[in-house]
Amino acid sequence: MSEKEVKNLEEIFEARIARDEKIEPKDWMPEKYRKTNIRQISQHAHSEIVGMLPEGNWISRAPSLRRKVALLAKVQDEAGHGLYLYSACETLGISRDELYEQLHSGKAKYSSIFNYPTVTWADMGAIGWLVDGAAIINQVPLCSTSYGPYARAMIRVCKEESFHQRQGFEIMLKLANGTPEQKDMAQDALNRWWWPSLMMLGPTDAESVHTEQSMRWKLKRKTNDELRQQFIDQTVPQADLLGLTIPDPDLKWNEARGSYDFGEINWDEFWQVVKGHGPSNKKRMKDRVGAWERGAWVRDAAMAYAEKNENRKVKKAI
Amino acid sequence: MSKNWPLWEVFVRSKNGLEHRHCGSLHAADAQMAMANARDVYTRRSEGVSIWVVESSHITASNPENNGEMFEPAADKVYRHPTFYDLPDEVKHM
Repeated sequence: MSEKEVKNLEEIFEARIARDEKIEPKDWMPEKYRKTNIRQISQHAHSEIVGMLPEGNWISRAPSLRRKVALLAKVQDEAGHGLYLYSACETLGISRDELYEQLHSGKAKYSSIFNYPTVTWADMGAIGWLVDGAAIINQVPLCSTSYGPYARAMIRVCKEESFHQRQGFEIMLKLANGTPEQKDMAQDALNRWWWPSLMMLGPTDAESVHTEQSMRWKLKRKTNDELRQQFIDQTVPQADLLGLTIPDPDLKWNEARGSYDFGEINWDEFWQVVKGHGPSNKKRMKDRVGAWERGAWVRDAAMAYAEKNENRKVKKAI
Repeated sequence: MSKNWPLWEVFVRSKNGLEHRHCGSLHAADAQMAMANARDVYTRRSEGVSIWVVESSHITASNPENNGEMFEPAADKVYRHPTFYDLPDEVKHM
């Protein structure tokens, strides 16, 4: 293709985006749009898959059968969400194996939040309430992202995600209204998860290298700072309802802005965790890679069995 | 690893009387496994009463590059639509 032809296609493409048309897998798209989508969708898929690990820790230790079935269902959903997203990503011409390889080698990132440990049962509450809450805020605008398969996957994810947050909040509510020890446990979980949840929405707009282009291509519909403010504004009243204190002395309502002002985020910590130096990065990767490697013989056996059956059918036909 | 599991497309009928609709895809070693996984992944919340799975490689898709010759000819055949025909207002039931 000549340079002029590409330029022409690019113009047609930009015009389609501007008209809010969806881009589908076989449509022409700029290489950078494809790559950016692969990066964003796969990062999202990896987060769902790694996100199962901190919660898996508590399935066998859930305090009641009710909590256990809910947590199991939530973790199962996360596997499903990872799968929808991997499938959407594969429509861009990258194989599942390559995607896994990028995760396992550390080349691809996943959400920094999953590199924190889950040390008490209250963490299941805090994760559902805060981490899934932040995820929903990030995901709802993505239902109208410009790439069709991604948008469709996000619609499914969002439909399922709201139970996750509600079950988390219910756990917090129960603990917050329980014995003093239980309330302390809930407060402690909030103290540990609050700041990482704010960081989870990504670096500030000024620091975010991908935001501008992604907004223009409608891959992202809101900036990180907008999402973070929205998350804070809707979460503070929920904490009040629980009778818990958000661990930010600078948090206060700003009448003029109609929003909460909040304290400085420790971005050094964020970048440390992103770079692999969080409390649980090594454990998460070890668990994930280990599960993949230990499952290899199962995948091979299933394929061998399928091939054997196929050969048998062919022989019979002859 | 010897060979990757092939890709399957999943179609779900949400209730009798409605058509099967494409709802996503998954990897599975064979049709039986594709069906089992489709059930677990796409109908966990009573989304369906019937599932079709088909290996993606068996689908032939039109190419958007040919959309002009494929679909544009229909645009200038307005005589295929009822509103093309001029009838007096007095005509009823037509």
